[in-house]
Amino acid sequence: MVRYASLADSVGHTPLIGLPNLSPAPDVRLWAKMEDQNPTGSIKDRAALNMITRAEEQGLLRPGSTILEPTSGNTGISLAMAAKLRGYRLICVMPENTSVERRQLLAMWGAEVVSSPAAGGSNEAVRVAKKLGEEHPDWVMLYQYGNPANAEAHYLGTGPEILEDLPEVTHVVAGLGTTGTLMGIGRYMAEHAPDVKIVAAEPRYGELVYGLRNLDEGFVPELYDPTLVTTRFSVGSRDAVRRVRELLEREGIFAGLSTGAIVHAALAQAVKAHKAGERADIVLIICDAGWKYLSTGAYTTDLDSAEESLDTQVWA
Amino acid sequence: MPVEVRIPTILRTYTGGEKAVSGNGETLKQLIDDVESRHPGLKDRLVEGDGLRRFVNVYVNDEDVRFSGGLDAALSDDDVVVVLPAVAGG
Repeated sequence: MVRYASLADSVGHTPLIGLPNLSPAPDVRLWAKMEDQNPTGSIKDRAALNMITRAEEQGLLRPGSTILEPTSGNTGISLAMAAKLRGYRLICVMPENTSVERRQLLAMWGAEVVSSPAAGGSNEAVRVAKKLGEEHPDWVMLYQYGNPANAEAHYLGTGPEILEDLPEVTHVVAGLGTTGTLMGIGRYMAEHAPDVKIVAAEPRYGELVYGLRNLDEGFVPELYDPTLVTTRFSVGSRDAVRRVRELLEREGIFAGLSTGAIVHAALAQAVKAHKAGERADIVLIICDAGWKYLSTGAYTTDLDSAEESLDTQVWA
Repeated sequence: MPVEVRIPTILRTYTGGEKAVSGNGETLKQLIDDVESRHPGLKDRLVEGDGLRRFVNVYVNDEDVRFSGGLDAALSDDDVVVVLPAVAGG
């Protein structure tokens, strides 16, 4: 059944697509979970909708409420869609060094954007949002980095969907930002298929984004539980761009840059399994499509120029 | 054979502004001790007790060492070690 009562009801239940051309051997297979097919085009629809639903159930959100959220883009876009449908005002705090398309999309869905300084990336967005929250105690910060409803969306949705479509799954590879995706899938797999390896692909940005004043300003999301993760890779923009182009070239899938980082980590797992002579069915998450990143030149310029243009950006 | 250690901006006060330094060691712990002998003060910013500091991430050939033995993680010739502060994503 693919009929839904409303747009919000259609979130999730995304297709799982085989990647025969990228898979290194008949018994080492890669599969793409197409989260770009959610209503606003990213995996964040799941977390945003679940966070809003839970906040309504708990009485935190009431008609006319204002939602405040630090986000590098996709969560804000998802919240903006849900807020529009349910009549909330949304204020997003977003680093100024994010792609122009994200700002345009947020504006289109009616969100207000407060820019935070480029240096320090999302760390600064979190800090600015917390300060705004203190000044406006009536605003509701859903706070994706620490809200259990973020991970729960994947525990209840993404995880079970993967296991149902591919009971022989051996690895799940996803991006590590708020950690919500991996925490939810990881917890679900730990309970239902404990041998599944949970692989995190974390974007490695340019120096500007790590520009903290001191180490104590570092940030680990409250949701993060490393015991649910098998291994974690840091992937730079050059590898992410290279892989996102490879995915387009070989499988015809037009994905965003964080997905490039995920493909890079997934291929490393595939090669490792192939060398060890082990069977593998590796699910990788397509977080969003490439539309929002066209202005970065990541798909059209040479690799050196793409790397240079992304160096100061929060690109994932 | 030396291992390259990439240092984040915030810790370059300990390396005279160098973006990368080289060192030797069969484990991460030995490497950090070796680098500390030429760049005193760095170790205390990276290590607390028996492990890495909470807001410090160390990657060997892009893999987070917390999942491959932590300070006891084995190193080989020509490995690249990247040190980064933990920052928010999403």
